Amino acid sequence: MLAAVVTSRLATLLFLALVIAVVPVLAPSSFYLRVASLVWIFALAALGLTILMGYAGQVSLGHAGFLGIGAYAVAVGPARLGLDPLLSFFLGAALCGLVAYAVGKPILRLKGYYLAIATLGFGLIVALVLHSEAAVTGGPDGIQVARITLFGWRISGATTWYWVTAGALMIGAALALNIAASPSGRTLRALHDSEVAATGVGVDVAARKLAAFVVSAVYAGVAGGLLALMNGFITPETASFMHSIELVAMVIIGGTGSVLGAVVGSAFLTVLPQALTILQEYEQAVLGLLIMVFMIFLPAGIVSSLKRFVLDRAP
Amino acid sequence: MSEFLQLVFSGLTVGAVYALVALGFTLVYNASDVINFAQGDFVMIGGMGTVFLAAAGFSLPLATLIAILAAVVVGLLLHRLAVEPARGASPVTLIMITIGASIFIKGVAQLVFDKQFHSLPPFSGADPISIGGASFLPQSLWVIGGTLAILIALWLFLEKTLLGKALLATAANRLAALLVGINVRVVLALAFAVSAAIGAVAGILVTPITLTRYDVGTLFALKGFAAAMVGGMGHPVGAVAGGLLIGLMEAFGAGYVSSTYKDAVAFVMILVVLFAMPQGLFGRRSLERV
Repeated sequence: MLAAVVTSRLATLLFLALVIAVVPVLAPSSFYLRVASLVWIFALAALGLTILMGYAGQVSLGHAGFLGIGAYAVAVGPARLGLDPLLSFFLGAALCGLVAYAVGKPILRLKGYYLAIATLGFGLIVALVLHSEAAVTGGPDGIQVARITLFGWRISGATTWYWVTAGALMIGAALALNIAASPSGRTLRALHDSEVAATGVGVDVAARKLAAFVVSAVYAGVAGGLLALMNGFITPETASFMHSIELVAMVIIGGTGSVLGAVVGSAFLTVLPQALTILQEYEQAVLGLLIMVFMIFLPAGIVSSLKRFVLDRAP
Repeated sequence: MSEFLQLVFSGLTVGAVYALVALGFTLVYNASDVINFAQGDFVMIGGMGTVFLAAAGFSLPLATLIAILAAVVVGLLLHRLAVEPARGASPVTLIMITIGASIFIKGVAQLVFDKQFHSLPPFSGADPISIGGASFLPQSLWVIGGTLAILIALWLFLEKTLLGKALLATAANRLAALLVGINVRVVLALAFAVSAAIGAVAGILVTPITLTRYDVGTLFALKGFAAAMVGGMGHPVGAVAGGLLIGLMEAFGAGYVSSTYKDAVAFVMILVVLFAMPQGLFGRRSLERV
């Protein structure tokens, strides 16, 4: 019974929904709601990486690049091209998918360290473009993001954004869980375990990897768009190397391949810096130390380790 | 022509530093299969350490010596506390451990040093030397000469000493090395120590030209890594050639195309080389075992 609950898709979603419903009740001020919204947004990006890393077993150290593309789309679209913010948001996500397709097709032929460095290079180049093309992107100082209006209703305020981001996360989580259980999710895991064996049973390994990369990029793009719209302001820092590392750390700390893991990892790495603002000088040292400690002592991540703990003891 | 020569000089200078970083990568990678992302931070420790020790009143030679020793200690700690406990982990986990270490070192460096850019006085004056209409700083000679000296020292160490041969043996086959009585743990620690020392020396040599700050390690690591990959992962000669090549391409890119995007050159080169020659310029083609 317990084992069935722990591994069930519906239970995962219900649990997530419960957490989302409880947080606003417990939050003492709107500041906490804003932090929680950030958690949902980064969880969404981490979910995309979960599909790529956990399901397909491919790493990307440049996913903040897609976060940046999604974020700048909602900033640049309305400001420079006069596009509707909502349209820009969807165009940004689509652009992420397109870029991922174009970049992924050659890059995903690489493996292990090589793939890590190639994706890292991609992220770095995106950050560099956002930094340098100041005429379009506003350069290192960043750019203002127009407020979004839906059917005459202006989306603003911590509470509204809490529900918007939570809703986006729920949709993302449901999709990720369904992908995992679908035939394409199974082929992804097959190629994760052994590319040769997967090829042997007729899996088009290259196409599958590319599909996972594109989907994960769209997740990151959507997260980036939400981030920009919620904050109302965006800098090239969004696409930075550190951000990419944080995203990967979220996935691994939470538990690679687990949907709840992505949320837990995001909560961990989003809340922590807020808690550490008093010790601002130590933030970077603490973050580095945490990443090391988790990778060394809990490489399976929080959620996966908990799950194993429960399953081992389930009758 | 003089512009071309100028770019060659500056490319070779920077390239020599990339080559040293790539060499450090290669040593550790060969001995332990770990890509050490903190390699660039040894460059920073060398440069920043020397700057602060010199400011504290130490003579320059003594300051450099202590800075190199400090980097070696950090390298040994990194191996003992972070890499060794995670033996057998997946490449992604190992990457993340050394990236975590790199972030940690930067975080500590901010506290121990500061967040400003620092420089060292050039070792032998700042009067440019001119050749064929192009001019370069005497410090460039220090960088290139220092790189050559390190290469020769490293070659002598690996080929002529028992310890160096033990390192090569471990790189070739860890189990076999263990069977013939080599203390593999000591050898792995040695690889980290030597690569840290090489990184620190690179940092000290180049600081009078490029300045240093607590976070310069990231770009050095990335470009050194690119150099190691372009040359063919795990191949020392390839690492040096890759470093010089990336330095030159970066200088030409900055001079003839756009200086804004010079940091992208290394990555474009990785991609080009990997697709044209997946094993790098010097790497041997390997067969994949199933």
